[in-house]
Amino acid sequence: MADNPFPLDREGLLQAYRTMRTIRGFEDRLHLNFAKGEIPGFVHLYAGEEASAVGIMMHLRTADRIASTHRGHGHCIAKGVAPHEMMKEIYGREGGSCAGKGGSMHIADLDVGMMGANGILGAGAPLACGAGLAAKHRGDGDIAISFIGDGASNQGTFLESLNLAAVWNLPTIFVVENNGYAESTSRDYGVAVDSYIDRAAGFGLPGISVDGTDFFAVYEAAGEIIDRARNGGGPSLMECEMVRFYGHFEGDAQTYRADNEVADLRASRDCIALFRGRVEGAEVVAAAEFDAIDAGVDALIDDAVASALAAPEPDVSALMTDVYVSY
Amino acid sequence: MTTVVGTRLITYREAINEALDQEMTRDPSVIVMGEDIVGGAGAPGEDDAWGGVLGVTKGLYGKHGDRLMDTPLSESAYIGAAIGAAASGMRPVAELMFIDFLGVCLDQIFNQAAKFRYMFGGKAETPVVIRAMVGAGLRAAAQHSQMLTPIVTHIPGLKVVCPSNAYDTKGLLIASIRDNDPVIFCEHKALYEEQADVPEASYVVPLGEANVVREGSDCSIVTYGMMVGRSLEAAALLEQEGISCEIVDLRTLSPLDLETVTESVENTGRLVCVDEANPRCSIAADVSAQVSRDAFGSLRAGIAMVTAPHTPVPFSPSLEDAYIPSVDAIAGAVRAVTS
Repeated sequence: MADNPFPLDREGLLQAYRTMRTIRGFEDRLHLNFAKGEIPGFVHLYAGEEASAVGIMMHLRTADRIASTHRGHGHCIAKGVAPHEMMKEIYGREGGSCAGKGGSMHIADLDVGMMGANGILGAGAPLACGAGLAAKHRGDGDIAISFIGDGASNQGTFLESLNLAAVWNLPTIFVVENNGYAESTSRDYGVAVDSYIDRAAGFGLPGISVDGTDFFAVYEAAGEIIDRARNGGGPSLMECEMVRFYGHFEGDAQTYRADNEVADLRASRDCIALFRGRVEGAEVVAAAEFDAIDAGVDALIDDAVASALAAPEPDVSALMTDVYVSY
Repeated sequence: MTTVVGTRLITYREAINEALDQEMTRDPSVIVMGEDIVGGAGAPGEDDAWGGVLGVTKGLYGKHGDRLMDTPLSESAYIGAAIGAAASGMRPVAELMFIDFLGVCLDQIFNQAAKFRYMFGGKAETPVVIRAMVGAGLRAAAQHSQMLTPIVTHIPGLKVVCPSNAYDTKGLLIASIRDNDPVIFCEHKALYEEQADVPEASYVVPLGEANVVREGSDCSIVTYGMMVGRSLEAAALLEQEGISCEIVDLRTLSPLDLETVTESVENTGRLVCVDEANPRCSIAADVSAQVSRDAFGSLRAGIAMVTAPHTPVPFSPSLEDAYIPSVDAIAGAVRAVTS
């Protein structure tokens, strides 16, 4: 093996690949199984965006907290939520991360610091300010991250939160995952400024924009702003310019996209293929090792789906529990 | 009123201040935030300039310092931050200056705080208290005077409190801060100057327990907030006419102590629900429906409701006075159901 030119050691590189592939495998399988009618409700997939979740969250501790978006499965996996429990949750089964009461749009696991995907666009930003405030109060260097889509970046909650985090110098980081589309509406139509760096500057925050399909660019930029937040340097805004491989929701015919758009993106901007190409090219990890991870992920997803399908529906008594602490 | 040892006469406002002070002293995870709750943050004049727009938190900054935080005028952000901090181990008390501002931050309250525990499968505790001024009477008109208790009471996952006197205020606020569910604590702005005997020591008035503030045999009046005092006045008038009223102060609107209400109605056979809120889907309408369902056989007359009209709160003093349910209106309703 050659010298390692990357900011992660071999084990770190393998872990990054494994996590990104787990997200991709998870989402690709949901895409298939949703089409088969196995999954109730609405599902929004993260495939194509994996480098953002993983490149950022490899810097996080379990006690750090994140508030996610409508498209939250990738954030869950990268933050350490168990894929089997997630699959059960998305299938609405007992043993799910949220006992089958949240579903895809509200999937969460506070035990590992995942404060929830959110059915309300932009709603996670104030919550991440609160998690940052709690961390600041504890003084233990924990941080919080608010993930926001380019669409939700226009919500008042998000804009107010940028100001609040700056005013209170919170250890809260805002990550705009710009996949080019707010549902079906293009980012360029719905966001008046050309650059999120300009928007950050308008709120007195440092801003940085990276190619969100470049895992290493994400990893290095995130490392810097996360270190700064941990050490009292306050909030930052980071844009990951990225691509979405599926529709806004499953079942979206995506007629608003150009004819070959998705095929071209898959060919040229697949963050996992790009990562693998670079690492293999540098001869730090061999193709066979990546192939072995792929096989392991496929088996994991097979097993997660099988366990979800085998899991019972929640007992009807669960309807009336956990409304309050007392019931 | 006899003064009990260890108590003194203090106002509703002072009772809130004292509850916050004692809980902040007892528990370092209690933090307090809101617009101008300290007052003058970053300004060249004195610290603790206001202590809230009506002085409720005055003096706490000197004792507890940075655990009281002035916020930007950003209700969505800071109410949401209080909720996020609550779900992250703190016990925040956030002041939403007027409950009329609920519309600006309702999502954080009803879609986030209220639902975390349920939609996260029981993993979340969100011990946040949102204090808000409610009610009419200060000539503050349509956007600073509403009694929006029904809106928050409607939402599963929230608890809703609205005290009628200084004693209950202190005990209910302490209970709310210690409670592990989100609580909307509604303070009637026209009651801030009202005094009662209040113990200096810390104590709890449990959430979800109504209080029979007057016993009687002919008619039950079920009410809360400022309407408790008016109902007591009406009852005193009616006593002279030979009509004996029992008054139930709900104190907590969610959870609702229906047991105390139905027990009272079973004794008196008549019910007048008095609510400063607008009539449709109000607390009065809710209590009326539930009593009809649970204690229909005990009723000797139809249930009456005395509420504000189905209008916004007007500004002109003569109009506002006509808007707020009056002692005469309450007495009239009782006469009607007992005649």
